[in-house]
Amino acid sequence: MSETKTVRITIDGRSIDAPVGQTVLEAARQHNIDIPSLCYHPGVEAFGACRLCVVEIRKHNWTPDWKQLVTSCLFPVEEGLIVETRSPEVMENRKVVLDLQLARVPNSDVIRQLAAEYGIHDTSYEKREDADDCIMCGLCVRVCDAIGAHAISTLSRGPEKYVDVPNKDACIGCLACALTCPTNAIEYIEEGNMRTIWDKTFEVVLDPVNKKPIATPEQIAHFSKQSGLPEDYFTKSDATRKKETAASFARVMFD
Amino acid sequence: MIKRPKAFKTPKSLLDYAEKVKKDRDSRKLEVRICAGPSCVAGGALEFRDELQKELDAHAPQLKKAGLTVGTSLIEKCTGCHGMCEAGPLVILEPMEIFYTHVKPKHAKSIVETTLLEGEPVKELLYSLDFTKGGEKAKHHSDIPFYALQNRIALKNVGTIDPTNFEDFLLNDGFKGLVKALTTMTPEEVVDAVDESGLRGRGGAGFPTGRKWKSALRVKQDRVWLVCNGDEGDPGAFMDRVIMDSDPYTVIEGMLIAAYGLGATDGYIYVRHEYPLAVKHLTMAIENMKALGLLGENILGSGLNFNLKLSRGGGAFVCGESSALMRSLEGKVGEPRAKYVRSVEKGFKDEPTVLNNVETYACVPSIISRGADWFSSMGTAKSKGTKVFSLVGKVKQTGLVEVPMGRTLREIIYDIGGGIIDDRPFKAVQTGGPSGGCLPADKLDLPVDFDTLTREGAMMGSGGMIVMDDQTCMVDVAKYFIKFLSDESCGKCVPCREGLKQVYQILDRITKGEGREGDIELIEKLCHTMEVASLCALGKGAPFPVLSTLRFFREEYEEHIHDKFCRGGVCKELINFHINDSCTGCMVCLRHCPTEAITGERKKLHVIDDDKCISCGICRNVCKFDSVDIISQGKIVAGKEPAMA
Ligand SMILES: Cc1cc2nc3c(=O)[nH]c(=O)nc-3n(C[C@H](O)[C@H](O)[C@H](O)COP(=O)(O)O)c2cc1C
Ligand code: FES
Repeated sequence: MSETKTVRITIDGRSIDAPVGQTVLEAARQHNIDIPSLCYHPGVEAFGACRLCVVEIRKHNWTPDWKQLVTSCLFPVEEGLIVETRSPEVMENRKVVLDLQLARVPNSDVIRQLAAEYGIHDTSYEKREDADDCIMCGLCVRVCDAIGAHAISTLSRGPEKYVDVPNKDACIGCLACALTCPTNAIEYIEEGNMRTIWDKTFEVVLDPVNKKPIATPEQIAHFSKQSGLPEDYFTKSDATRKKETAASFARVMFD
Repeated sequence: MIKRPKAFKTPKSLLDYAEKVKKDRDSRKLEVRICAGPSCVAGGALEFRDELQKELDAHAPQLKKAGLTVGTSLIEKCTGCHGMCEAGPLVILEPMEIFYTHVKPKHAKSIVETTLLEGEPVKELLYSLDFTKGGEKAKHHSDIPFYALQNRIALKNVGTIDPTNFEDFLLNDGFKGLVKALTTMTPEEVVDAVDESGLRGRGGAGFPTGRKWKSALRVKQDRVWLVCNGDEGDPGAFMDRVIMDSDPYTVIEGMLIAAYGLGATDGYIYVRHEYPLAVKHLTMAIENMKALGLLGENILGSGLNFNLKLSRGGGAFVCGESSALMRSLEGKVGEPRAKYVRSVEKGFKDEPTVLNNVETYACVPSIISRGADWFSSMGTAKSKGTKVFSLVGKVKQTGLVEVPMGRTLREIIYDIGGGIIDDRPFKAVQTGGPSGGCLPADKLDLPVDFDTLTREGAMMGSGGMIVMDDQTCMVDVAKYFIKFLSDESCGKCVPCREGLKQVYQILDRITKGEGREGDIELIEKLCHTMEVASLCALGKGAPFPVLSTLRFFREEYEEHIHDKFCRGGVCKELINFHINDSCTGCMVCLRHCPTEAITGERKKLHVIDDDKCISCGICRNVCKFDSVDIISQGKIVAGKEPAMA
C-alpha cells in the first residue's frame, strides 16, 4: 500500500495531521471540529455555494497581520496552514449569510433554527414573497447528476434562479434529491405503492416481507444497468439480500 | 499585381512577400477608407460605398487624367471601426488626412468631384472642432484632439486596414513580431520580454502577463491550453469587439507568439455570442492562416505547432470570468469556481491553461517587434504601455481611445473628449465597468493607471469610462449597476445572489423616498460580506459601485433618506416639474404631455398639475426655451442654469 502524505495544520489552535488532497472542512470534521455547512455532502463534488463554511486562514509565510477568508469545503489543506473557524470576522459573515438566507426562506424551520443559534431571530432584510424553502444550495442537482439521472437542473440566474425538472422523462423517482435537501424543500408523496415527485407518479416495488417501499421500477432498471447486477437483486427483501451477500462474501473469503 | 505564394514555408518567404506588398502599395496615390464598423454600417456606410463605386466608374476618364486609376493608384476599401461612432458614417482619405463625418450616399458625387478631382475638401462633411454646426472645421484628422492625443498600439491597425485583407495586415509590421520571436529568440526570451515590458492583463484585474506566463512555464506539463477571452460583457465597453472586428490577425499573432513562448499547441478564442462580425473576421483569418501555413503543423518551418479554434460565448456576463469561461468552453454551464488552484495548473479540462484578454494579446506583437523597453517607456511606474478606453456618457466627443497609462482623467475627459455636453458641471466619472467605482471632480487630476484607480475605490476594469454631469443622481447610478449585477449574477453563492437582491431593494426604497434610518449602515455591512465572502470576483466586486458612491457622495444618500431630496433631479418620487416664467406659451409641451397634466393658452404661461404629472420629463425635453424646471423639496435642481448644490 502506498503511504498517504500528510500535512500538519492548525485548526482553532489544535494541531492536526491531514492527508494531502483533503479539504479544510473534511479535516475539521474528521477531528470533530464543527464547521456549519448547508451545501456540502461527502457524496458529491463540493460546490462552495452556501458560504456558511467560510473560515479564516493564515499561512506561515504571510505577514502576521495578514489573513484571508476562504471556503473550507473547497480549500485544500497545506503544510503549516492556520485555520480559525470562529474568529470575529468569520462569525460576522456567517451571521450576515444566515440573515440573508432567513430573508430568502423565512418559513424554513431548519434555517430559522440555525439562524437562531447565531442570535438572529428575525431577518434585517426584505422577506421573499411567496417563499418556498429552497436555499439554492444545488445539492439536489448534484446528487441527481451523480446518480446519473440528470433529470433536474437549475434554471435562470441571479435571484430568479430556481430548480426544476426540465427532463421529466429522465426522473427515476429515486427521491435522492428530496432526501439530501438540507431544508426539506422538495415535496414528495408516498402512499401505499404510489410515489409522486416532481409532478410525476411512480408505482413502487414493495419489500416482499415487510411491505415497505424498496424502489421504483425505473430506479431498479437504472441501478441494474449502472451496476451490472440483475434487476431482481434490487427487489428482494432486505433480509434475503443481506443473507445472500453474506454468503457470497463468505465464498470469496474462505474458498 | 504581385502574386501571393500558396503557403509560407519559411520566415524569410513571409518577410520577402511583405516587402513586395509594401513596394507595390507605394504606387498607391490615394486611399478612400470607409468605416464599416457596425454603427457606420447601420448609418448607411455600405450604401455609400455602392454609390461611390458608381461615381468612380462614371468619372473614370477624368480621374485617369488626374493620374488616378481605380484599383491601382486609387483604392477604395472598408475598414474596421474608427472609434468615433456617433459622428459616423466616417470616410477618410489618405494621405490627404481628410476626415469626413456623417457621410451619406448622396455625398459620393461631391467627394469624387470636389476632393478627388479638385483636391478640395467637402466642407460640410468636415469634423467640427467646437462641436457646433457652423464652427471651425478640422482640415486634417491630425488636427482633431480626439485622434491627435491618442497613442495606438492595441489599435494600431484598427480603422486603417481592411480586416479581411491579409496584405493590408502585412503592411504595418504584420507578423514581424512572430518572425522575430521564431528566428531570433528562445521561448524563454519571449516570455522574459513580455515580463520585462510590464504588460498587465487588459481584461480587468491587471495581473502581470509575464508573471502568469512564467508561472505556466514552471508547471511542467505536456500540454498547455491557450485561451483568448473575447467575451467582453461590460455594458458600454467595445474595445475587444473593435479589435477582433477590425484587426483579427494581430490577436492571432499575439496568441502565436504566446504559443511559442509557452509551448502551447492548442488554443481557443472565446467570442461573445453577440459579436457576429468578430466571429466572421476571426474565422476568415484562421482559415486563411491555416491555408498559408501560419497555423497548424510546423508553422513557417520552425517546428511550432499551433491549432486554433473559435468558440462562441454562452451569453451571460459571468461567462467572461475566467473559471466560468473555461467551464463554458467545456460545454458545461458557465458558473465560476473558487480559484484555490490556479488555472495555469488546472484550467480548461483540468489541464494547465493560460488565459488572456483580447487587448492583452493584441499588445504582444508590438512588444516583441519593438522591444520590451519601448513598451515600458510608456506609462507609469507599475502600469506600462497604453490602454484602450471607451469614453461615453455626457462628454462632447464619445468613442474609443487608446492613451498611454498615466494620462489624467481630466486630459481624457476634457482634452480628448472635449468636455461636458452643454458645458455643464462635471459630477463624476465611473470607471471599470459594472463593478468599478465613481470618482468626483477633485480626482480629475489623478493619473489613470491600475493602482491609482484601485486605491481610489474605482477600477481599471476593461476600460469603461462613463462621464456624468450635475444632473445625475449618484444613488440612482449605484442602483443601476447593482441591478445589472443582480441580473447577471450566476446565482450560485449566497452573498452575491441574495446580497445583490437586498442591496438593490434598499437602494430602490431610498430612491423612492422610503429610505430608513440605518439603511446606509445595513448596506455597508452587507457589502462587506459580499466583498470578502462571495465565491467569485463578480460578487466580490459587486459592492464597489455602492461603496465608491458612499465614499464620495454620501451626502446624496443622506439627503434622499432624511430630506427626501434628490439633487440630481432624477428620482421620480422626489421631484416635480414646474414651468418658469420664461415660458412663451408655445403649447408644445402641452400637446406632448401624455397625461394632459399641462394647461395653458397660446402666449400665456403654462402650468403643470402635480396630481396628474407622472414626472416623465417629456415637457422638459420638448421645450425649446428651457422653461421647465425640476424641483425637489422646493429647490430648483435642474433648470437653465446648473443647480446649486
Ligand atoms: C464577472 C466577470 C466578468 C469578466 N468578464 C471579462 C471579459 O468579458 N473579458 C475579459 O477579458 N476578462 C473578463 N474578466 C476577467 C477574467 O476573469 C480574467 O481575469 C481575464 O480575462 C484575464 O486576462 P488578462 O490577464 O489578459 O486580463 C471578468 C471577470 C469577472 C469577475
Ligand atoms: S459548505 Fe462550503 S460553501 Fe456550502
